[in-house]
Amino acid sequence: MSDAPLLDVRGLGISFLIGGGSVHATQDVSFSVQPGERVGIVGESGCGKTITGLSLLGLLPRATTHVAGQAMFEGENLVGLPLSRMRHVRGRKISMIFQEPMSALDPVFTIGQQIGETILTHFKVDKKQARERAIEALASVGIPSPARVHDSYPHQLSGGMRQRAMIAIALVCEPKLLIADEPTTALDVTIQAQIIDLLMELSAKQGTALLFITHDLGVIAETCTRMITMYAGQVVEDAPVDSALVRPRHPYTSGLLRSLPRLSARGAVLPSIAGRVPTLRDMPTGCRFAERCAHRQEACAAPQVIEPAGGHLVRCWRHGELVLPGALTDREAAA
Amino acid sequence: MSAAVSDAVLPRQPSFFTRLLGAPGAVIGTVVIVVVLGLAAFAPYLAPYDWNATSQCRRLAPLSAEHWFGCDLFGRDIFSRVIYGARFSLAMGLTTVAISLVFGALLGIVIAYGGGKVDRIGARVIDAMLCFPPIILAILIVAVLGVGLVNAALAVGISGIPRFARITRAATLTLVARDFVESARAVGATHTRIVLRHLLPNLAPILIVIATLDLGSAVLFTATLSFLGLGAQPPTPEWGAMLNAGREYVRYAPWTMIFPGLALFLTVMAVNLVGDRLSLILDPRQRDRS
Amino acid sequence: MSARAILGRLLGVIPTLLITWTFVFGAMRLVPGDPVLLMLQGTPISDSAMEAARAKLGVDRPLVVQYASFLANAAVGDFGDSFRSRQPVTKLIAAEFPKTLELALGGFLVGVVLGTTLGVMAGVRPNGWVDTLCMTTALVGLSLPSFWIGMILIQVFATQLGWVPVLGSGWDALILPSITVGLFLAGGLARLTRNSIIEVMGQDYIRTARAKGLTTVRVVAKHAMRNAMIPPLTLLGIQFALLIGGAVVTETVFARPGIGKLLVQAVLEKDFPVVQGIVVLTTGVYVLINVLIDIAYGIIDPRVQE
Ligand SMILES: Nc1ncnc2c1ncn2[C@@H]1O[C@H](COP(=O)(O)OP(=O)(O)OP(=O)(O)O)[C@@H](O)[C@H]1O
Ligand code: SF4
Ligand SMILES: [Mg+2]
Repeated sequence: MSDAPLLDVRGLGISFLIGGGSVHATQDVSFSVQPGERVGIVGESGCGKTITGLSLLGLLPRATTHVAGQAMFEGENLVGLPLSRMRHVRGRKISMIFQEPMSALDPVFTIGQQIGETILTHFKVDKKQARERAIEALASVGIPSPARVHDSYPHQLSGGMRQRAMIAIALVCEPKLLIADEPTTALDVTIQAQIIDLLMELSAKQGTALLFITHDLGVIAETCTRMITMYAGQVVEDAPVDSALVRPRHPYTSGLLRSLPRLSARGAVLPSIAGRVPTLRDMPTGCRFAERCAHRQEACAAPQVIEPAGGHLVRCWRHGELVLPGALTDREAAA
Repeated sequence: MSAAVSDAVLPRQPSFFTRLLGAPGAVIGTVVIVVVLGLAAFAPYLAPYDWNATSQCRRLAPLSAEHWFGCDLFGRDIFSRVIYGARFSLAMGLTTVAISLVFGALLGIVIAYGGGKVDRIGARVIDAMLCFPPIILAILIVAVLGVGLVNAALAVGISGIPRFARITRAATLTLVARDFVESARAVGATHTRIVLRHLLPNLAPILIVIATLDLGSAVLFTATLSFLGLGAQPPTPEWGAMLNAGREYVRYAPWTMIFPGLALFLTVMAVNLVGDRLSLILDPRQRDRS
Repeated sequence: MSARAILGRLLGVIPTLLITWTFVFGAMRLVPGDPVLLMLQGTPISDSAMEAARAKLGVDRPLVVQYASFLANAAVGDFGDSFRSRQPVTKLIAAEFPKTLELALGGFLVGVVLGTTLGVMAGVRPNGWVDTLCMTTALVGLSLPSFWIGMILIQVFATQLGWVPVLGSGWDALILPSITVGLFLAGGLARLTRNSIIEVMGQDYIRTARAKGLTTVRVVAKHAMRNAMIPPLTLLGIQFALLIGGAVVTETVFARPGIGKLLVQAVLEKDFPVVQGIVVLTTGVYVLINVLIDIAYGIIDPRVQE
């Protein structure tokens, strides 16, 4: 990791003002993404994956959100970036695609209008050129009759087509970074594979870095080079995928990998580990995973930091002593 | 929302009145309503002059220390007349809403509970009746019944029936489809019992909300008919009728219309402020929204 | 929306109008007193002349026949002669109708512009001071007696300041009446628009629009407003009823000729054919407008087309 990172997030903490008080939804989240790198973020529902993505683009509700820390991107701090500057980042340098392709597209405008709008916002082109580029973009995401889809409304397309259109919108300006927030969760399993392959192909072609938020460890194993595990608003492990699969350093990562039936199986939901995530209001000061951890000791209740360990970054008091199992091998699964 | 968030916001339910008066608008509204009710109740003690005694002062005399709101064409004290007018506005509004509510709810329940053909035909008729703009329907009814205060109130009340019937029907239909009506039927409850014990209590909140939201416009509506000469007749000190009477002399004596109108406006505004707040408290959908 | 679907909607109006007009017919039969005596309004009449008049009005025929001929006549716009002016009701209405239409359109314009503006301003940042201000204004609009505010507008802008004429047929004479009609409409519309905007602003596609780098103004003006317009539009039919109501009152305040003034006059003079004609006509127009709104709805919201 010697080259200058494309995105460098340091100590990102998001808190929401609710009913007079504020709750810390994420704390001390740090990671970086190299140009063209594909990084996966996993973690249980509610651990703060989506809001981390949204905060990078300043898309959280301003009035009720406070974001601490910094996120350097091409020499600019995205945290607290004025809207006038942020607008030129959004859709142009960093794009985001969302989980629900149906609700993410405006129902009363055609697909073409929605792509064209992005082009016209960021480039000096006329309507005709914008149309051509939009159709091109639709073709590049593998839509069979791009000209027809260009003039269709979202409700006239299938879920898979909508997500392709959404990807076309996100990539039409060839951004440096694409944040994909569970882009396949709402789709059929067969379509999921196609969309993932498409994202891989396009990001490779355009040199776009990918921040892949997902529940699907299989997808991360297949597509990403690095994987970030989040738990209860914190990064608990940040490691190269290959190494994490074989020898995870955090008990939570290990638990996730252990309960994965077959690594190659796509669409496997994030496995469940017994116990409950602590609520944002009564977070323990020490290890947040302690309540569910089989390796817990007294000392784990002390406040902790994330530390380097064997090429990983780990937030666990016992990472030095524990030897944790990774994903099951096929042989083990058969047994 | 995660458990964290819902855990955080679960305050103890304060009393109804504390919540009702939880917004400045609602406080102002309540105060105004109390004042109007007070004026209505104690008008004979509060009014400095007889509302109908002519020649108390010069015709169309302007505001003065003796006659705070000036005088009308017949030398009557406008201040006293405005005070007595409080007796009509809210009373008329409440009467009309009560008529719309009772008959509309009855109709809606009967139709929806009857189901099948009864419901289909009933719904059709309600829809057709809703094609009358309310004021046109009210004027038609006044035309049939004849001009006058009571008839105007009746007309406004009747013209509101289709609206209430439609809302009640829709609400009843969803209730009838729910389990508890089924199970009440299964244990052999009579229709009357099901309607009184199971349907009405569940319909009550929404009906109260609609009725309160309607009260302001009902007050305005009846006053409008009086203004058009179709409701209260002179010399009744009804605010709308007073405005109608003052219409010809506005140029020379604007006070003949300013004060009755102001009283009417403040009353309606107060009712609307309280109505809004009440619906916020009683209607869970609204509550989540704001 | 296909021509077929539009035709279907239009035909669907017939049963509705049949019920409404039946109600009007029934109501008119409930008027106490003999129609001929009502028509004569006190003039003495001989028995034979009475018979002739009854025959002419058609009230000597069986009720069913009267009903059928009422519907048949209503369908072609024939409502008999006015008791007072002895002129065909249709002619009287036709003379006044354009005036009312003018006022209704003026009021509609004021109401929609003002109501939408207030509603959007309030809804974009809910619970702030702009919201409170806009919503209080809307509530004032809903609470103002239109006849009162009309008189005050006349007093201030016409009589005192002399900016606009009160009477006359020029467009400037339409300003104050339009504001009077529009204020009430604006109040209700502002509240609807606000709720709608708040709901739409929370939708995913608004987030997408922002994520694309659009300016806030574009996000609101293009994506939010287009979507937020849909629910208030469905209620525009009801709003139109308010418009008619507003016109009736406003015509009286501004002494403008029009259907509303004609109607009130007719009720006061017990001129029943005119009352009947106007009620039948307004319900017809009202129903038609609602169908047109339905059709417009299909154009704004592409999802309705299927
Ligand atoms: N606008 C908001 N106001 C208050 N709390 C919020 C807001 N947005 C998100 N949260 C809270 O922040 C936490 C993290 O939410 P986030 O959506 O990032 O989770 P996630 O990891 O993406 O989960 P999932 O896998 O279900 O998508 C949740 O507890 C959520 O309730
Ligand atoms: S710090 Fe302790 S409790 Fe937390 S994960 Fe490590 S071993 Fe488990
Ligand atoms: Mg999420």
